[in-house]
Amino acid sequence: MADLSTNFSGIKSPNPFWLASGPPTNCGEQVMRAFDAGWGGAVWKTLGEPIVNVSSRLAAVDYKGQKMTGLNNIELITDRPLESNFKEIYEVKKRYSDHAVVASLMVESKEEWKEIIQRAEDAGADGLELNFGCPHGMCERGMGSSVGQEPKVLELITSWVMEYAQTPVLVKLTPNTGDIVVPGIAAVNGGANGISLINTVKSIIGVNLDTLVPLPGVGGQSTNGGYCGPAVKPIALYMLSALAREPKINIPISGIGGISTWQDAAEFLALGATNVQVCTAVMHYGYRIVEDLNDGLNNYLDDKGMVSVSELIGKAADNVTDWGDLDLNYGVVPKINEDTCIGCQLCYIACLDGGHQCIHTRQSLCWAHHGESDHGVNPRIEPGPAETHNIGTTPVHVPFVDEDECIGCNLCSLICPVPGCITMEEIPHAKGRESWNERIAKGLR
Amino acid sequence: MKMNYQLTENRLETKFHDVKPLYSVSEAEIEANRCLFCFEPPCIKACPTEIDIPGFIRKIASGNIRGSAETIFRSNILGTSTSRVCPVEESCSGACVYNDLDNKPIQIGRLQRFATHKAMELEIKTDRPLFLPSEAVDKKVALIGAGPASLSCAAYLALEGVQSIIYEKNNLPGGLNTTGVAPYKLMAEDALDEVQWLSKYGVQIQTGIEIGQDFTLSQLLDENDAVFLGIGLGQDTFPGIKGEDLDNVWGATELIKKIKNDSNFELPIEVKKVVIIGGGNTAIDISRELAILGVSEVDIVYRRTENVMPGYKHELIHAREYGVRLLESYIPKEILKGSDGRLQLLTQKTNSSTESIHNADWIVMAIGQLKFAGEIIPELDLDDSGCVIVDETTKETSIQNLFAGGDCINGGKEVVNAVADGRDAAHAMLKNWGIYPVNSNLKNREQ
Repeated sequence: MADLSTNFSGIKSPNPFWLASGPPTNCGEQVMRAFDAGWGGAVWKTLGEPIVNVSSRLAAVDYKGQKMTGLNNIELITDRPLESNFKEIYEVKKRYSDHAVVASLMVESKEEWKEIIQRAEDAGADGLELNFGCPHGMCERGMGSSVGQEPKVLELITSWVMEYAQTPVLVKLTPNTGDIVVPGIAAVNGGANGISLINTVKSIIGVNLDTLVPLPGVGGQSTNGGYCGPAVKPIALYMLSALAREPKINIPISGIGGISTWQDAAEFLALGATNVQVCTAVMHYGYRIVEDLNDGLNNYLDDKGMVSVSELIGKAADNVTDWGDLDLNYGVVPKINEDTCIGCQLCYIACLDGGHQCIHTRQSLCWAHHGESDHGVNPRIEPGPAETHNIGTTPVHVPFVDEDECIGCNLCSLICPVPGCITMEEIPHAKGRESWNERIAKGLR
Repeated sequence: MKMNYQLTENRLETKFHDVKPLYSVSEAEIEANRCLFCFEPPCIKACPTEIDIPGFIRKIASGNIRGSAETIFRSNILGTSTSRVCPVEESCSGACVYNDLDNKPIQIGRLQRFATHKAMELEIKTDRPLFLPSEAVDKKVALIGAGPASLSCAAYLALEGVQSIIYEKNNLPGGLNTTGVAPYKLMAEDALDEVQWLSKYGVQIQTGIEIGQDFTLSQLLDENDAVFLGIGLGQDTFPGIKGEDLDNVWGATELIKKIKNDSNFELPIEVKKVVIIGGGNTAIDISRELAILGVSEVDIVYRRTENVMPGYKHELIHAREYGVRLLESYIPKEILKGSDGRLQLLTQKTNSSTESIHNADWIVMAIGQLKFAGEIIPELDLDDSGCVIVDETTKETSIQNLFAGGDCINGGKEVVNAVADGRDAAHAMLKNWGIYPVNSNLKNREQ
């Protein structure tokens, strides 16, 4: 039983799973139910001058029958009176002293920041998260992502906050920026105690093809929203790793973006997040998912012989490098297991049309168009055997790989529907390691 | 041309439930999304009409229902009925690569039913037909028998502007779809709806007209550019044993037709036990139908063993679920009338002299049907079994411009085989006339 408890810049929680600021943390009653379900912390729905929302507010991307692989929202910050929110924070903290309650804040002037910080801390918040990420609505009012996109403004407001804050301060970054490291450093320079990322990605999620109004529709109109959910996880993982690799960023990072399972969470932790925040998956399935998040992470840590979450944090970060430092002499080729192959030939067509024409189903002419193997207009006869086996009475071809031509891209193994049928195996080579940077250093290209 | 075929309401077939009901939208979406979209897919190879199966399934998944149905109909114009009648376990779904993954194969028949059914609803809703038949050409074809083979041939010709008239001796068109298919798969009214739909695209049918009685073959050949023979098979054959002419001894297809089409045909309450003689799919079908209708004991008496039975394994499994028993290796010798008035089937065990008596209220002969093409057209070349010999590709018979397809050339296969024959014959005729079909797919189009 590994130790799941975490300490984020002094904010302690029984596990690394916090609810991200959003609809699941809109009120005290919700947050208390979440804590009862097992969540370690909650970042409150962003507090600021209450706003008026529109209807409708959400729209989703479904993929192949899977609902909500991506979610888009145009909801703004809290629409409830600040007084109610602070009172509820107080009540929650009174009852759940071991859990983390972080107040997400978004206001404009220095005076407003001073006042809201004081009220949040008086209510008992364990920390503050500055919402510099929201890419819809609030940014039109000079807040949210319009701050996160301007490093100088971000640094200035952070420094204002640090003047007044008694509790740890996290700066929540927007991914809607050219280089995430720049606002990250600005947050550090402003004195922040931690960074959380990513906020949602600016997006239009789709168009209603009957009404020709984009989604979500508000009357006959729509606007851009913020995109989140499983679809954005890779963007978040990259941004997290970019910050984790940057020496100037020496404060903890709270990972956010499409986390639905314990594996997702473990990936964020391994790339350098100190804890994680979840919102969309809870909007889809409810607070109850935290049971498996905790249980699965626990089993994983036990399996790997790690006694605490902190042992996992950053373990994969050093394995991310610049492309120029990758070994150009390393190679893999696919091995197709003829016994388990079902003959769907998805690898064949994928390689033929979207790869490098190195998988064949029968003796055929081969044009390979890549690097040294470029035959141009001169095909060569592909020699391999055309294995067939039967499904019922129908003979199907088992594809085979021209290993000499294969460039080892992984595509076939990615699309193969049979578990373990196509494996990418390392080609031993005697040349030794050589990266592009090393070649450049030697005067090569 | 609007045709009206009236079925009476009090048909026994209306008591059956659909075994594979129409998918709901979400069921179809989930199943369609399961399809791997194989390249060079074995399901297509296993389909006699070579429907682009992954193609139509992908269109269901994308919500392009109209396009999905068009993909189906371009290869199989009877895609509606075949989606329900086809033994998919033995053909497309049986070839699905998922079988090799120990996974449930894609339910191709049910997806096909969904696409065709929904597309026909859309046709009405949007008042936009699925096909735009070509302008009339100066060609005329007569077709004999309004079963699946002729319907397919006539439809594919009509879609290219050829005048196509089907002559049917019965009152109802549709062939076995109307008279023979197990009602839990397809009811007569659905078969007739399909015929009605085809008439919209120019297929003309005249019922109650019989070759030999109302016209001769040479008349038809003179008056038309080509003639298509889709006469199917004839009456049930009997084994030629003593007592087979007794009351309560039935021919299987005769009995099935009564169940499907006849008004007020009832299964008498005193029929408690039925013995069926045969080992093919007709034997299994009638056994299951009678079991569903409430006959408490239904035995199939077969002269060989289960492993060599021509009937499909999956059909036998389903029949057994209704309590049907298979008695292997019994050769029927004689039918007697017992002192209680019931029938007694005397059998002998194969390779033995052991005789048994099987009591029965009814005995049903399901050992085959008469091949009668030679009777009505004596000059036709037939094979030893009495099937019409045709060119494999063109389906042309030994008589020039006379084409044939369906059960009369194959001795009794599936509806889908008849559809393929009819389509191939239509394409051969069109090729002879230099017409390239624009509303259907040619066979082996990939090669």
